[in-house]
Amino acid sequence: MPRVKIPRKSTAIDMTAMCDVAFLLLTFFILTAKPRTDDPIPVDQPAAAITTQLPESDVAVLTVGQKKIFFGVEGAEIRKQTLAKMGEKYKITFTADEANKFAALPTFGVDINSLKQFLALSADDRKQYVQKGIPIDTTDNNQLFDWVKQSRIVTASLDTKEMKVAIKGDSKEEYPTIAMIIKVLQKQKVNKFALITNVKTVAK
Amino acid sequence: MAELDTSGGGKKGGGKVRTKKKSTRVDLTAMVDLAFLLVTFFMLTTTLNKPKAMDLVMPDKDIKQPLDQLAVPESRTLTILLGANNKIEWYRGLPGKFIGAPTTDNFGKNGIRKTLIEIKQKIFEESGGKPMIVLVKPSDKSVYKNMVDIMDELNIAKVDIRAIVDILPGEIDLLKRDSNY
Repeated sequence: MPRVKIPRKSTAIDMTAMCDVAFLLLTFFILTAKPRTDDPIPVDQPAAAITTQLPESDVAVLTVGQKKIFFGVEGAEIRKQTLAKMGEKYKITFTADEANKFAALPTFGVDINSLKQFLALSADDRKQYVQKGIPIDTTDNNQLFDWVKQSRIVTASLDTKEMKVAIKGDSKEEYPTIAMIIKVLQKQKVNKFALITNVKTVAK
Repeated sequence: MAELDTSGGGKKGGGKVRTKKKSTRVDLTAMVDLAFLLVTFFMLTTTLNKPKAMDLVMPDKDIKQPLDQLAVPESRTLTILLGANNKIEWYRGLPGKFIGAPTTDNFGKNGIRKTLIEIKQKIFEESGGKPMIVLVKPSDKSVYKNMVDIMDELNIAKVDIRAIVDILPGEIDLLKRDSNY
């Protein structure tokens, strides 16, 4: 019997197409990835078993910790217009440069009267700067109230959507601080908000 | 290597020194490996990084019409007081008109979760199929985590009628009496 000779085939596979696909996906994911915003203060979020997804736009996040409140709203354009409206209200004019810097700021916690100085700092200095939190009290006209209100107005006019208010609180934060925020929000008829939590599984 | 040399070097013949024709193929295996590794990394970080939140609805607070005026059927009411050091105290009925004695409880599956399910069932049977109403009253000594935890427990126990209400001075005294404040 003559031996059937199997022709030896190359084991090489053409990787070009695979490489293309991989890099296409890679580019997509890199571009869609949102850089993680650092909290100005360490916040240890409590965990909850039953949660919903927080929307990515039209949401304002109030970060609470060490009795300080930090405010941030999603969307650069919304931030810019909110700043303009706040400037109008508090008789402070912000330059275009300051507005651009503010638009790049994910969250902040300074008095509006010292916001100009805060924006003038470089990015590194800003990290070092100890932010005192947004002033809040029980009266009708505190700064947090105005920030939330103005951003709601801007969101409604730009995106024609109701802005959602989310609270990102530290586990160890005492309840009175939270109660104060809730009171401020309820004064402008925001009765529904989201508490940002980690996810845990229910122990059976 | 994944790629074997298949270019088959060509036979050496004659005396001419010829430059070897080299294959233009590059081994892409390592590059693909790296690309997929990065893809996996970005995929996992983007989808897992989305913040999760718990919705909280507060009762509409009309300044002209205080909430206290809303009548709550006492037989179906469970009041949960949040004290210091992660302690819970709960009672049925109204302040001053307890149904049963106030009880101190803990968080966790053998603590408040069990209690909630038991009382929910009890009230359901006693009232002939009407749901339980829960009032959560966080004291000044409680922390944010307690509030989130208790709302989560209420979600787990599927108690839909609940509200966060301000604590009354009498209830702070009650917490103090049982050394939970």
